[in-house]
Amino acid sequence: MKELALMKGNEAIAEAAIRAGVDGYFGYPITPQSEVMEYLTLQKPEERTGMVILQAESEIASINMLYGAAGTGKKVMTSSSSPGISLMQEGISYIAGAELPCLVVNVVRGGPGLGTIQPSQADYFQATKGGGHGDYHLIVLAPASVQEMADFVDLAFNLAFKYRNPAMILSDGLIGQMMEKVELPPQKERVTTFDQSWVTTGKTDDRERNIITSLNLDPDRQYEHNLKLQEKYKNMEQDVMFERIACDDADFLLVAYGSSARICQKVVEVARGRGKRIGLLRPQTLFPFPTREIAKLSRRVKAIMSVELSAGQMVEDVRLAVKGKVPVYHYGMMGGKIHSPDDVLHAVEEKFMGGF
Amino acid sequence: MTEEIIIAGFGGQGVLSMGKILAYSGIMQEQEVSWMPSYGPEMRGGTANVTVILSDNRVSSPVLQSYDTAILLNQQSVDKFESMVKPGGLMIYDPNGITRHPERDDIRIFQVEAAAEAARIKSPITFNMVVLGAFIRIKPVVDLENVIKGLRKSLPERHHHLIPKNEEAIKRGMEIVKEARLTA
Amino acid sequence: MDIKEIIKPENLVYKRTPLMTDATLSYCPGCGHGTIHRLIMEVVEEMGIQQEIIGIAPVGCAVLAYEFMDVDFTEAAHGRAPAVATGIKRLWPGKFVFTYQGDGDLAAIGTGETIHACNRGENITIFFVNNGIYGMTGGQMAPTTLEGMRSSTTPYGRNSTAMGPPYKITEMIAQLPGTYYVTRQSVHKPGPVRKAKKAIRIALEAQKENKGLSFIEFVSNCNSGWKMTPVDSNIWMEENMFPFYPMGDIKVEGKLVKN
Repeated sequence: MKELALMKGNEAIAEAAIRAGVDGYFGYPITPQSEVMEYLTLQKPEERTGMVILQAESEIASINMLYGAAGTGKKVMTSSSSPGISLMQEGISYIAGAELPCLVVNVVRGGPGLGTIQPSQADYFQATKGGGHGDYHLIVLAPASVQEMADFVDLAFNLAFKYRNPAMILSDGLIGQMMEKVELPPQKERVTTFDQSWVTTGKTDDRERNIITSLNLDPDRQYEHNLKLQEKYKNMEQDVMFERIACDDADFLLVAYGSSARICQKVVEVARGRGKRIGLLRPQTLFPFPTREIAKLSRRVKAIMSVELSAGQMVEDVRLAVKGKVPVYHYGMMGGKIHSPDDVLHAVEEKFMGGF
Repeated sequence: MTEEIIIAGFGGQGVLSMGKILAYSGIMQEQEVSWMPSYGPEMRGGTANVTVILSDNRVSSPVLQSYDTAILLNQQSVDKFESMVKPGGLMIYDPNGITRHPERDDIRIFQVEAAAEAARIKSPITFNMVVLGAFIRIKPVVDLENVIKGLRKSLPERHHHLIPKNEEAIKRGMEIVKEARLTA
Repeated sequence: MDIKEIIKPENLVYKRTPLMTDATLSYCPGCGHGTIHRLIMEVVEEMGIQQEIIGIAPVGCAVLAYEFMDVDFTEAAHGRAPAVATGIKRLWPGKFVFTYQGDGDLAAIGTGETIHACNRGENITIFFVNNGIYGMTGGQMAPTTLEGMRSSTTPYGRNSTAMGPPYKITEMIAQLPGTYYVTRQSVHKPGPVRKAKKAIRIALEAQKENKGLSFIEFVSNCNSGWKMTPVDSNIWMEENMFPFYPMGDIKVEGKLVKN
């Protein structure tokens, strides 16, 4: 039987984490994502599944707790919002360098600096291009509903373990704070037996000691390591996910993820109601990015607009995919202000051939 | 059916919880729902508002600039949201404390004296349920039966003994809501 | 006597623990790190817990500690070892977890992680090697550099007015209820080596019994950074470091024995 609930996005992530059999959560409070740890602690997951929750003294400590625990093969996660995620970048780089699976949730707010606590999508570059030092990528999932907030937890761990790579759920204050109907996933057992070949759980007689590190003092070895990482990131293309909304006959294409995609769905509804053939491509994975799909669509449409709550970040990846075949515009508010469907519609009318 | 609703008032009037009960009622009626609060510093003692969308289809944008229904519970909200009701749409407000009444003549405007009624039935805390009753009387997008189910899901179990009182308040709201005289 | 007579197995009075790998130590000749590594591994061997222990290496001279100790290891970011250890221990409460950190790592960049792990009473062991200088990066001032002591960033001596005085983080964390055993040791002579080994045993036994956090500071020399011969550095250490960082137990079985 379907188990339905009305939940905030942040709560859905927390509940889904317990149900995904996550072993540990380490975090630090920051608006607008504090409900994640609040919900977890209220649920007594130590009784429900044995999951460990610890409030750390900082985001720096949380991400390093995650690093230690991920190195033992456990399913572990943290969540934060933009300034906190910035603090974690060093640790995330180490985790990517040491090739550890784990989940980092970023409920993005307006920046730069302390910024605002309202929704934003201005951490796209940070999330998809690495974020910390060195050549690396996270697997980046972009939920656009409370349901996807719940569903992407298990998906993120599956991908993280498949590639031994940190995964990020890139949400924002809008998806985190809104409530929607959500069908809760079934409770999974916590995994107790797993691949021992790389984890640091104590050197047993039947194997060499395992070392979790991102250090290779020899540049030749570090070069080889980087080649291996790049190969891995390339392979991730097979797991690209996106949703096409009214794209089949579209003359004009919107590209938007997360909260902006929801707003753009309304734009498509209204525009279609007025007989304008607009479609929406909604990336569900931002890394890997649906480059091929956008390239394919760009052969058919007259123009494309990337709609983001930022000064224009994803638009660069859209342009790389389109390779100049058609004009690619950007529209979006910044700093915590949210564009309404009407705002986007005006921009669409203005850019796409001066008002249809 | 898609109903896009803004509920706005002072923090503490039960704006957010009324929205939540309405959203739960929608789930009970097998609708798709979204509940999007304004959040941030204004939550503390200032104005609060929440956008609730009930629909038979997938809900698109949870943030809107125009609404089918505006439920407005203080002067600031009337001032801010009156113009955002779609032509032909609905506004419900409590005249208590309102000095500048809504003036539009292209929407339907109803009054519910919810604060007074809640005081009269000696249950000021059910103020928001009187308002909710008024809404579902004028726009029966959810059945009363499902609202009660929604209440049951929304309230923590230790408060379930309050459900009859809330039901009474909803019914009072259904009775006392009345079309406002246009003041223009 | 023929050399072959002497090296017969029955004459063996000391051998290297098999828990030290064959890798050549990367430490400078005369440095105390190698001895401290060996003592830890000897105790791990004697307690039979090689299969149950995970070490956390720092950033600093001991960054490659995992090359020398034959146990599972995680290499932490600079200063973060107590957080990394916390993550492991919370999910594997039955395992032994230790960090191995220098003064810059533990008492400067990692102060927050150190204090909070101690305050939570994480059931781990922290080995803190204090040589009053940043050895690996070339002898810069550390939080524990003595007043007036020269380093490559205090070429005219540490001036406490401008740079703050050296501080005793070991005494500080001993005040926290989460710490169970706090002691200061050295490994520059046979007597102190024996005492230090006993302290390591006490610390790991306490971890076995879930008593809380044990913290051992080793005041050690850095002959390269101090620009002295190994012998001179040990004499200088006794004359200058020990008066400020006095040897001995500070907290035993959860009770302060020295303030």
